[in-house]
Amino acid sequence: MRKTNLLWITALIVVVVGSVAGTALYIKAFSKERLMISTTTSLFDTGLLDLIETQFESEYPIDLNFISVGTGLAITHAQRGDADLILVHSPTQETHFLVQGYGLCRKIIAYNYFAIIGPNEDPAKINGLTDTSQALSKIVEAGRNQQASWMSRGDDSGTHTKEKQLWAEADYNWTQIRNEDWYQETGTGMGGTLKTANQFQAYTLTDMGTYLAYYKEGIINLKPHVTQAEQLLNVYSAIVTNKTLHHNVNFDGAITFIKYLVSAEGQQIIADYGKSEYGQSLFHPAVTLLKENTDPTTAQWIKDYAYFDGNECPPQYWNDHPELYQ
Amino acid sequence: MSEILEITLRTIHISATATLLATLWSIPIGSLIALKNFPTKQLIKSIFNALMGMPTVALGLILYLLLSSSGPLGSVNILFTPLAIIIGQALLITPILISLTTNALETIDPEIKDLARTLGASETETSLTILAEAKAGVVLALIASFTRAFAELGVALSVGANLRGGTRILTTAIAMEVQRGQIQHSLTLTAILLTIVFATTITTNLIQTRRRT
Repeated sequence: MRKTNLLWITALIVVVVGSVAGTALYIKAFSKERLMISTTTSLFDTGLLDLIETQFESEYPIDLNFISVGTGLAITHAQRGDADLILVHSPTQETHFLVQGYGLCRKIIAYNYFAIIGPNEDPAKINGLTDTSQALSKIVEAGRNQQASWMSRGDDSGTHTKEKQLWAEADYNWTQIRNEDWYQETGTGMGGTLKTANQFQAYTLTDMGTYLAYYKEGIINLKPHVTQAEQLLNVYSAIVTNKTLHHNVNFDGAITFIKYLVSAEGQQIIADYGKSEYGQSLFHPAVTLLKENTDPTTAQWIKDYAYFDGNECPPQYWNDHPELYQ
Repeated sequence: MSEILEITLRTIHISATATLLATLWSIPIGSLIALKNFPTKQLIKSIFNALMGMPTVALGLILYLLLSSSGPLGSVNILFTPLAIIIGQALLITPILISLTTNALETIDPEIKDLARTLGASETETSLTILAEAKAGVVLALIASFTRAFAELGVALSVGANLRGGTRILTTAIAMEVQRGQIQHSLTLTAILLTIVFATTITTNLIQTRRRT
């Protein structure tokens, strides 16, 4: 009995001392300069940001913290002042975010392409098409004949926003087709949607990074059928939270990080990422391309898709940082 | 490997601290409910029983809105830190601790209470006597609370955000690895989580049974 009590008391002391010491450690750790970045899952889940974090932190005394959420929640975090910077891929939502006064200093950092993937047998016969509208109408046709189905993210993410645009371009009313039997919404992230689409052998829209990771691990066997079309362009931007709305925003830290992302070093990390693991780059750097017009066709696609008022960030949102745009 | 160790230690620390914190108010409240008679007793017991089933994602959302920079407690500035997870988990397990403590104390023979009083014990001393009698039940309450905190995801994700080197714990890391398609990593982390849950329970059982031998 006495021995048992002694054990309990020892355990209690260990727990109390451990708890207090650990908590003190946290408080100390968080007094360091912290930069909170809310990011779209497609950038985070590939592991690219982990690599950028390691490189950046070895050169700057700033502690980077990435919160991986959809574009929708990333924007909410910034609006509420809980993130200093957002990394997103939804130009229409971004424009809205700037115009409403929540964001400043938008900078396009990278691009890649979405892909329409589906079962290997390709019941809708879309493989190799270069026009997404044509591919989607074939999927609708096959779907209505009960030969194919479509799995949507259904979560207001950047990918979901893109999907809705593609339906609109193909002259379909999204609010109408989402009620049809062949159209299903998962309401989960890209990973969950890929797994569900694979289970039902459905077609879906995906970013290539997440797709390749899942395909390589053998979790899914769906194949890309439509890729590299202008309509499938996917452009990633960084936007700083407006410091006049939220005084706790680490504005200078955010600018330092954007400058790193668009620097030669940052752009090189983006260009190389994925080559060794997947045999191809997952993201393409956008800064030199847009500045020096090295690939006029792609540059024009990016401008048509992701610029507004003819600029990646109109001057009224530069906030005394014109050097970002020179 | 060292990152896994760091995550594991952080997880144990956060949940143990949360349990300790919740104990500070839950055991006294649970004892009060069990040992006192008052008109709303059954109602209060029902409320705590119901709150045991609080969905973690709902509590996480409420806490996020409270602790967010634009929220009423934004100036405390603890969102996305381990402190926020500790407080969140402590609140999450409070109903479990209270309900199970109350339950454990109520099963103790009321004669012990009378006996203690007759022997001249004060109100507090009587409560402590009954707590000691109900030790097995109270320990179970603590273990159930700790493992619930240890294995929950919703609160940690909403107010901690799975920050590498900051608020990443076992459950949020498992969710992240699944999302990234790294099933092997997820399974490793799951094995660690389950091992600790089992180890905690078994160790407690061993210490408890020593008393009877």
